Amino acid sequence: MSDFDQELDARGLNCPLPILRAKKALNDLNGGEVLKILSTDPGSVKDFDAFAQQTGNELLSSTEEGSEFHFLMRKNS
Amino acid sequence: MSDTKKMTVIATKGTLDWAYPPYILSSTAAALGYDVVIFYTFYGLQLLRKNLNLKVSPLGNPGMPMPMGMDKWFPVLGTTIPGMEAMMTAMMKNTIKSKGVASIEDLRSLCLEADVKMIGCQMTIDLFDMKREDFIDEIELGGAATYFEHAGQSDINLYM
Repeated sequence: MSDFDQELDARGLNCPLPILRAKKALNDLNGGEVLKILSTDPGSVKDFDAFAQQTGNELLSSTEEGSEFHFLMRKNS
Repeated sequence: MSDTKKMTVIATKGTLDWAYPPYILSSTAAALGYDVVIFYTFYGLQLLRKNLNLKVSPLGNPGMPMPMGMDKWFPVLGTTIPGMEAMMTAMMKNTIKSKGVASIEDLRSLCLEADVKMIGCQMTIDLFDMKREDFIDEIELGGAATYFEHAGQSDINLYM
């Protein structure tokens, strides 16, 4: 079993699109489910942290993989 | 009062570059759960047209980075050459696309999807003989008092 329920490919997109797409994707998930987000926007690292703090969704992990940034976010219930 | 945070923006500029701040901040605020109201006045009304035809001008804009170091060898007067505005607008649109930055059309749609309330200034429309049917259907029209109805109970009020 994978550690996420849905994946969002936001690579190549710039601010604020990764956040907006993530918000949309989270809307389709049930509380407690996990969204994985792929991004190439360096600004998204701080932005997803800020997004999580303000929306109550939990940022489980934020990692840099080469030139990409991967995030796991659990939707608040 | 409800717990929902609220933001209002006054959008006053009608160029391609200055169309970004109101639409980026409003779409993001909406994604963060804010109720958002944008009040469009004077040249800001251009951001509500059905057919957006926004341009960017290097004229009187010394902070604008020019491609190929043109700002270094191009005299200020050069920015007044006919066709310069069209050229810079085309270049800017290409750059926007190549950097994965959303178009204004897309950001505006995202705002509408997120229920951002858009209010056009009635006085501006009368002043410039603009036509209601040139603007997208989703907007409301209102005046200064309408703006304050929202701003007075808002957490953040921005003027752009």
